[in-house]
Amino acid sequence: MTYLLRRLAFYLVAAFVAITLNFFIPRAVPGNPAEIILSKYPDLTPQAFKALEQMIGGVVGTGSLWSQYLHYWSNVFHFNFGVDLANYPTPVSQIIDQAIPWTLILVGTATVIAFLLGTGLGILAGWRHGGWLDRSLPVWMFFQAAPYFFIALVLVDFFAIEHHWLPVGQGFNGEVTSPGWTWAFISNALEHSLLPAFTIVLTSVAGWMLQMRNVMITTISEDYVIAAQAKGLSKGRTIFTYAARNALLPQLQGFGLALGFVVSGALIMEIVFSYPGIGYLLLEAVQNKDFPLMQAIFLVITFAVLVANLVVDLIIVFFDPRARTREAA
Amino acid sequence: MKSLANIWRNLPLKAKVGVGLLGFFILAAIIGPMVQPYDPSAQTPLTMAAPSAQHWFGTTQEGQDILSQVLTGIRLTLELALAVGVIVTVVSVLVGVTSAFLGGIWDDVLSLITNVFLVLPPLPLLIVLLGYLSQQGQTPTIIVLSLLGWPWGARVIRAQTLAIRGRDFIDASRETGEKNWRIIIFDLIPNEISLIAASFVNTVLYAIGASVALAFVGLTNVNSWSLGTILFWAQTDSALQSAAWWWFVPAGLAVALIGTSLVLLNSGLDELGSPRLRATRGTAKVAGHRIWPTDPTPVLAVLQADRGRFGSFLYSFSRRSMLEGNAAGGDL
Amino acid sequence: MAPILEIDDLSVAYRSAGGDVHAVEHVNLTLNAGEVVGLCGESGSGKSTLAYGATRLLRPPALITGGSVRYRGRRITQGGDPADVLTMSNRELARIRWREVAIVFQSAMNALNPVLRVQDQILDAITAHLKMPKHEAREKAATLLDLVGIPRDRLRAYPHELSGGMRQRVMIAMALAADPEVVIMDEPTTALDVVVQRDILAQIVELKETLGFAVLFITHDLSLLLELADRIAVMYAGRLLETGTASAIMREPAHPYTRGLLNSFPSLHGPRRELVGIPGTPPDLRDTLPGCPFIPRCSFTVPACSEVDMSLARPTGTGTNGEGSDRPGLITTDSHLTACPIVTPEEASKEGVLS
Repeated sequence: MTYLLRRLAFYLVAAFVAITLNFFIPRAVPGNPAEIILSKYPDLTPQAFKALEQMIGGVVGTGSLWSQYLHYWSNVFHFNFGVDLANYPTPVSQIIDQAIPWTLILVGTATVIAFLLGTGLGILAGWRHGGWLDRSLPVWMFFQAAPYFFIALVLVDFFAIEHHWLPVGQGFNGEVTSPGWTWAFISNALEHSLLPAFTIVLTSVAGWMLQMRNVMITTISEDYVIAAQAKGLSKGRTIFTYAARNALLPQLQGFGLALGFVVSGALIMEIVFSYPGIGYLLLEAVQNKDFPLMQAIFLVITFAVLVANLVVDLIIVFFDPRARTREAA
Repeated sequence: MKSLANIWRNLPLKAKVGVGLLGFFILAAIIGPMVQPYDPSAQTPLTMAAPSAQHWFGTTQEGQDILSQVLTGIRLTLELALAVGVIVTVVSVLVGVTSAFLGGIWDDVLSLITNVFLVLPPLPLLIVLLGYLSQQGQTPTIIVLSLLGWPWGARVIRAQTLAIRGRDFIDASRETGEKNWRIIIFDLIPNEISLIAASFVNTVLYAIGASVALAFVGLTNVNSWSLGTILFWAQTDSALQSAAWWWFVPAGLAVALIGTSLVLLNSGLDELGSPRLRATRGTAKVAGHRIWPTDPTPVLAVLQADRGRFGSFLYSFSRRSMLEGNAAGGDL
Repeated sequence: MAPILEIDDLSVAYRSAGGDVHAVEHVNLTLNAGEVVGLCGESGSGKSTLAYGATRLLRPPALITGGSVRYRGRRITQGGDPADVLTMSNRELARIRWREVAIVFQSAMNALNPVLRVQDQILDAITAHLKMPKHEAREKAATLLDLVGIPRDRLRAYPHELSGGMRQRVMIAMALAADPEVVIMDEPTTALDVVVQRDILAQIVELKETLGFAVLFITHDLSLLLELADRIAVMYAGRLLETGTASAIMREPAHPYTRGLLNSFPSLHGPRRELVGIPGTPPDLRDTLPGCPFIPRCSFTVPACSEVDMSLARPTGTGTNGEGSDRPGLITTDSHLTACPIVTPEEASKEGVLS
């Protein structure tokens, strides 16, 4: 229990840092973001502009830095991220709400699949150290080292453009169907998510596999695995309950640590496929200098990663009896 | 020199492949600008041309030679990645070693900072940072990537330093009155060389990946020809839809191969540093039979007598086996 | 005395790029049913390698280069020929493991699975070999803990929640789960303090009396064996230097190394005397020189030392009074063997033993 509480406190600190960073970055970089907005969006009403200045700092200071900071915090707590510039006057939170489900479903599922698949393969590769699965690792490493979007481009080229088996991009085909709980829509959406999901899995499996394989190799020389063999236990029980169950712990911790990168990669993937998720939204926001949207997305993504980390911590505590009494690392 | 030769000999095959591949690209980076046939930005009327004798990698929509772009790109990308690698390694060693060595409140504070930056997802932060900067180029990218890249190495190095610090020979040095900084430089760091090397390689890998990704979404200077920028223009000018594979394949392949070489090199360094990963490698075969680490201890006489399935099959045709009346060829 | 485990001419090597390390060389050792044999030697002498090699639990790069390990437990042989562990198939090996030959590992903290409760680990050992319904197995696990003196509520505990002594007892309980005939104990008390050590050793003796298994007790502490073991084998640099009953070894140690070991620890009573260690270090096991491996450190060497056959094989036609051996320097009783040539035939004949 204490372990989890300490982790929670840590994530709160990280969230605090993220929010503070979000506040200071537009004020700290050279140049004046507010001016840029003025030039790009000349039809902004004065109130909108004022609200904007509160968020990113102004040409004319609207109160001391500290009061701006406090005001910013209150906005965040009320989920008030301001009004979107490109789609004025739609509130930013509304725009984000539309994009989140797409990302969650695609990125969430694909990442979990990649982790499970990679870990499973890693267990086998580590147990048969020197076997063909183990020796095929360099091939997997290539897929991991190649920029994921490049693999994506190649796959799109092959599957969608040259062979027309799968759609080129987008979340669904707007001409054929529209969002709703209909089978037509869901099947269409699934079809459109196949290639992105496949790419995400293909490019990240190697990392998980390699990591699990290395941990397995170290774990099977532990005394308790030798003891399990001495006890004459079945191979399955030895591999899974004695070796893999212990190897899983550092693997899960690695997953937690890598979540930030995993999410980053998936975002780029959305961009390649023009998939209507948060990543794509972020890119559009940057290209449009849509600062309110940019800031909000940053916070949303960061919070999501922190929550995911907490979930992983919960899973680790579930699997490791020692963690329940141990101090946070 | 001798130890270098020794290191080379002990590297597994995949690491040697990695080194060779990386060496090729470093060479390309160095001599690239001298051998490139055209100015990468020079436009010609020969637009979207497939690879030919004049343009080995074909041309872009503006008629620019892709080979020249790729050569420039390799150099720019490697420069950036190496710069980030050096900066990050220095910072992470400083932070990691200081934090572990000084302990106490220093450790707590530095660790907290490290962990916070570790948990925050880097790419959104990078995108936001670069999005606000009105000028985008090589230097801001280097700074931004370095700012976000040091926590990984710092954490790993701190863990290793903590482990070494507890060992007796450090205490011995302390007892004899060695100054702290001397202990750090002469006792501590030599024991962490392989870890620092691995961290450096990882950082370069991360820098390449991140910079290419950022360039791809157009956040770095789109007028300088880094490998990511080439892909950016390929995407923007719809190379895909025009089936102009030659536009994005060479650049992407270059990134992929550089990345692969680094990963191979790293796994080789891993095995070098961790004897257990290495030990089972060279002894996997005894008397022609593959031994798994979890098999019962092999018995030499049994292995030598066992020809395996295929061997037994062949043996059954031999005169000796028929004389012995063995099962396989038995009923003759 | 009915032999239950016969290790015959066993050699184990570790292969490496720099040459094979001969960890065990031509060792002959017999364990009789119900007896306690102590295997004594310093670190690196090969005693653990011998035990784990005989049960084929060594990991690569270990390789068994020669010999046989014959098991004569009634359940396996069914009155027929003994089974050679080294030539067994994996399935036969699985039947021998734990059910016939169980192991108590040196470090209980490392040998217990950190993520499984004690109960589950003991149950694993039981259900892998004995067919019984779940509730019976659980009752048996609880009984085993009773046997070693651990309160039953500890069944639900994880290894890290137990004290060192308790963990070691759990290991012993686990080893007895399938009613083995032979229990190999690899330095079971080395990591514990002396008081706990005493308790556990007493427990082991009691269990042995009750359940009737044979024990191969590995340790570096000869003093422990003098009290605990029926017979003792002294191992050095991969070879057995001397074997004999505990009382014979204590009263008339033959090999200079054994004598050195006995001189290395003080007795609680008696006059104070100077503690003499054994100068020098064990040899590099990559080169096996002929003859006795102790030569470099021995103060009594004679030329014959480099020519002796170290395998301590039972000579043909031996009776209780040692007839029939023609090798110089070999004391031949059933119970006391060494290859050291400085124990001359004349000395040996003084004890009423023929050479």
